[in-house]
Amino acid sequence: MLKIENLTKVYRGGKVAVDQLNLDINQGEFIAFIGTSGSGKTTALRMINRMVEPTSGKMTLNDKDITKMNPVTLRRSIGYVIQQIGLMPHMTIRDNITLVPHLLKWSKEKKDETARRLIELVNLPPSYLDYYPAQLSGGQQQRIGVLRALAANQDIILMDEPFGALDPITRDTLQDLIKDIQQRLNKTVIFVTHDMDEAIKLADRIAIMHEGKLIQFDTPDNILANPANDFVKEFIGSHRLIQQKPNIKTVDEVMIKPISITIEKSLDEAIRLMVEKRVDTLFVTDGDNRLQGYLDVESFTGARKTKKSVSECYEKDIFYVKTGSKLQDSVRRILKRNLKNIPVVDEEHRLVGLVTRANIVDIVYDTIWGEEEETVQNKKELMSE
Amino acid sequence: MITFFTENSSDILLKTWEHFYISMIALLLGVLIAVPIGILLSKTKYVAKVVLSITSVLQTVPSLALLAIMIPLLGVGKVPAIVALCIYSLLPILNNTFIGMNSVNENTKGAGIAMGMTTMQSIILVELPLAIPVIMSGIRLSAVYVISWATLASYIGAGGLGDFIFNGLNLYQTELIVGGAIIVTLLALLADFLLGKLEKWVTPKGLKIEGGRTS
Repeated sequence: MLKIENLTKVYRGGKVAVDQLNLDINQGEFIAFIGTSGSGKTTALRMINRMVEPTSGKMTLNDKDITKMNPVTLRRSIGYVIQQIGLMPHMTIRDNITLVPHLLKWSKEKKDETARRLIELVNLPPSYLDYYPAQLSGGQQQRIGVLRALAANQDIILMDEPFGALDPITRDTLQDLIKDIQQRLNKTVIFVTHDMDEAIKLADRIAIMHEGKLIQFDTPDNILANPANDFVKEFIGSHRLIQQKPNIKTVDEVMIKPISITIEKSLDEAIRLMVEKRVDTLFVTDGDNRLQGYLDVESFTGARKTKKSVSECYEKDIFYVKTGSKLQDSVRRILKRNLKNIPVVDEEHRLVGLVTRANIVDIVYDTIWGEEEETVQNKKELMSE
Repeated sequence: MITFFTENSSDILLKTWEHFYISMIALLLGVLIAVPIGILLSKTKYVAKVVLSITSVLQTVPSLALLAIMIPLLGVGKVPAIVALCIYSLLPILNNTFIGMNSVNENTKGAGIAMGMTTMQSIILVELPLAIPVIMSGIRLSAVYVISWATLASYIGAGGLGDFIFNGLNLYQTELIVGGAIIVTLLALLADFLLGKLEKWVTPKGLKIEGGRTS
């Protein structure tokens, strides 16, 4: 989709910011450019929408030569999210979201419809459309910043350290959100960061840059398994190389069978199920086994007298991971949010498994004391009983 | 003092109107000339330095002298007075337009360009709305200057409230001088007040909200 050949940028005074960069990016890929400051990652990104003009080299977007396109037309077809957010302070959230559609002269109805549809994508209420940026928190503003880059159906989105200025918890939430949106809408994202954790978590492929040169361009797993040279090794950090050792890689390999209850059941049935299965949390699903929320012992306190059914007192706010996601991410989420466990859902949001703290203990045990497959296997069976 | 106001009431109204109208035309012309030039200057930093130094030099020419220079060029009456006052109003407006346009956050401007705005769209949709408060305060400053300097315009036959003051000087009648001065001051205050209202009205709503966060 996007092909970059021998891209070079030499600034006035002879400083080579980007040196003979070659990249081939496919539709729907999440690419991270990572490197220390001065590595040329941001310059490389900004050449793609020609905010910086390349000195030499060739870039083609869907077989069209970027350097020969009108920069204004080009930029309207490429989404762009910056670290400083850069919302227009004098425009409402609605006008900010539909800035590019406005430049493309869409009709008012189409713009309004787009704004309403998009704001739901980032879990903000439609009433926010009439607010001004100053009324939103930094994290909320950046959600709008992301939507602005999506509003005109841009296929490719450039992000320049978009979450760098946010606090760790907000950043984590937004990372999940952006990854989810990227997968759901099948967007191509090119993401600049200096945070290796962020790159590993989000990217399909990581481009490691150093002093303007591309050092390694590969999937996170391959980079962790085979760092190209000492610089990469040092950049990744030894702790991550150790983390990567265990054979277990996705949640699917460690998850156990969750105990679930359908939403229309009564509370009495729920309690009986808990006692019978000896668990303190039930996952609430609809008829199609889609995850709706959870019910734990605390939900019963005081509620039993007045409420009769599961649908009346289950918790709707639930953290979950998708099947196929990396175990590391799930572990990090459990620990960071202090959860007891985290359910695993498939593409249709159906409940398929559960990762618990006990699972994590197993993994740690496994990592430290080697591959005693049998013992682990036994333990797993014990737990699911 | 009161007799001055009662005896000359019709004359006062006429002169006040004259004064107001000379000043406002000069100011309006000043705005029409200085705002577009200020916008252009903000795009060419090198030319801006030269132009802004020239206008500051013009500003230092004594106002009475500038009015006197107008006589051989444009004769006497209202036209030379308006031209001279207009020249005076340029610098504050030009300066503030330039500063206002330059003080717009680089990231905001950059975001606009990165979204695919042309230079013209960036000026109209982003820079001008954000620079409006600064430009307006330049216009207010100029309005007050122009109204007080318009007093001198009477010297080259343009009329206005300066007539009272100069007559007072010639005839040694204090109440004419004081009375004229009071009305000029009131007029300047009124203009500043009205332009202040206008400034509030044209300032985009999103800029007036500060930190009033929800959530």
